Amino acid sequence: MGNWGDIIIQGILLGGLYGLSAAGLSLMFGVMRLVNVAHGDMIIASAFLSLVIQRLTGVDSPFLCLPLVCVLMFACGFGLQRLVLNRALNADMLRPVLVTFGLSVVIQNGMLEAFSADSQRLQANGLEVASVSLGGGLVVGVVPLLIFASCVAVTGVLQWILYRTELGRAFRATSDDPVTAGLMGVNDRNLFAIATGIALAVAGIAGTFTGIRSSFYPTSGPESLLFAFEAVIIGGLGSLWGTLAGGIVLGVAQGLGAGFSSAWQMLAGHIAFLVVLMVRPTGLFPKRGN
Amino acid sequence: MSLVDIRGLSACYGDFQALFDMTCEVGEGETIAIIGANGAGKSTFLKAIAGVVPAPSEAILFDGKPIGGLRSMELVARGIALVPEGRCLFASLSVEENLLMGAYAKRPGEWSLAKVYGVFPRLRERRHQSATTLSGGEQQMVAIGRALMSNPRLLMCDEISLGLAPSVIANIYQALGPLKGRHMAMLIVEQDIHQAVSFSDRLYCFQEGRVSLTGQSTAVTHAQISSAYFGA
Repeated sequence: MGNWGDIIIQGILLGGLYGLSAAGLSLMFGVMRLVNVAHGDMIIASAFLSLVIQRLTGVDSPFLCLPLVCVLMFACGFGLQRLVLNRALNADMLRPVLVTFGLSVVIQNGMLEAFSADSQRLQANGLEVASVSLGGGLVVGVVPLLIFASCVAVTGVLQWILYRTELGRAFRATSDDPVTAGLMGVNDRNLFAIATGIALAVAGIAGTFTGIRSSFYPTSGPESLLFAFEAVIIGGLGSLWGTLAGGIVLGVAQGLGAGFSSAWQMLAGHIAFLVVLMVRPTGLFPKRGN
Repeated sequence: MSLVDIRGLSACYGDFQALFDMTCEVGEGETIAIIGANGAGKSTFLKAIAGVVPAPSEAILFDGKPIGGLRSMELVARGIALVPEGRCLFASLSVEENLLMGAYAKRPGEWSLAKVYGVFPRLRERRHQSATTLSGGEQQMVAIGRALMSNPRLLMCDEISLGLAPSVIANIYQALGPLKGRHMAMLIVEQDIHQAVSFSDRLYCFQEGRVSLTGQSTAVTHAQISSAYFGA
């Protein structure tokens, strides 16, 4: 019998990582109805990017590399959308799915080629094993706390961009009706490129944290994608805070499952996902008007 | 020189050719009405000018420069605004956000939120509501206000009276009246012939993708219109 309070807190903090992994996915779907099947691989690719930058520059903390990782990932996302994904976008949702599925295969094999199949981990100067006491016998790791705080901050910033800025207004208008948004002067190709840029910058944060928190392999992407997908669906499509809530539901369910038996960890998460789908097919916090 | 000069415009609506060798002119500050039966090509005509439907480059001159085939986002920056048929408001945006989207192109000019609310006072009360919760007439006001926010030199309205009560239609045209002339030309597609004739300086009647009648609105007779409308 474990300490249930501890399990739930760990689950919530783990949910922060899932929420962070899912935020970019949620944004891309929300703005351009594009399901990015390569999102998990992009997260892992950014973990490798952090690793490379850390080795090249010799800085002792991946947090110092994070701004550079975000900028590079933004540029990758912008270019990818302009050069590839914009050409795949049309009324049919299947085409971008196929294109990003292909990208996923390319990215995974590229990473295998460049970094071998060995497991890697980002060294955070001892921070990865540091912990703080919350009182009442509860001890939590500094890294999971940081991850959760970043997830809340990232979600808050994305929400602010979407609902308080001109860029966000254009995102929502284009999502509603791209032709009419064009009549307003919106260049949707450019706007989509910015959205994917932001989504991948967030994936850069998620990837760096993933690499600090646990070891990762070139083939870790699909697992990351699966949890991110589940978080988005549990939370309700198009809702960013919902995505964070979905991540937490998933994390807590996995923690509770692991409390029974370690074999139950993954299964409990998937069961929670299926239960939410059965009870509330539109997710916990569906976007208004849908 | 006229503001819009259309020479030999042919355009398709999907696979269907909707316009054949059209010629049309809109003077600076002039108000033009386009009438015609369903399928005469009125909407396609406006869409071709607004860049929603492709058109050959030299077929449409705006301010003397060829603009045919440019994308709508470039055209709004030059001062062409379209109030689309069926209003096409952004459903997840509030009334005020819809209006602000109209100013996205940042074209300098006299229009502001305050001025739009001055023309349509009812929108001020409803500015934080979702655009879809408004009545049909109010939604049409948002669509017109949104187009005005881009400070157009040419305002095109596609069937703004569609599905609205006569008193509401009268209200909207009453609000549009004082905007006629000055710095803005208007191109109005209207099913209600009486409304079209009384509101415009000149009118064009389209029939099966061709101009079947044109003239000063005060000079054309009912007999001329009905023969141009339905074919001789």
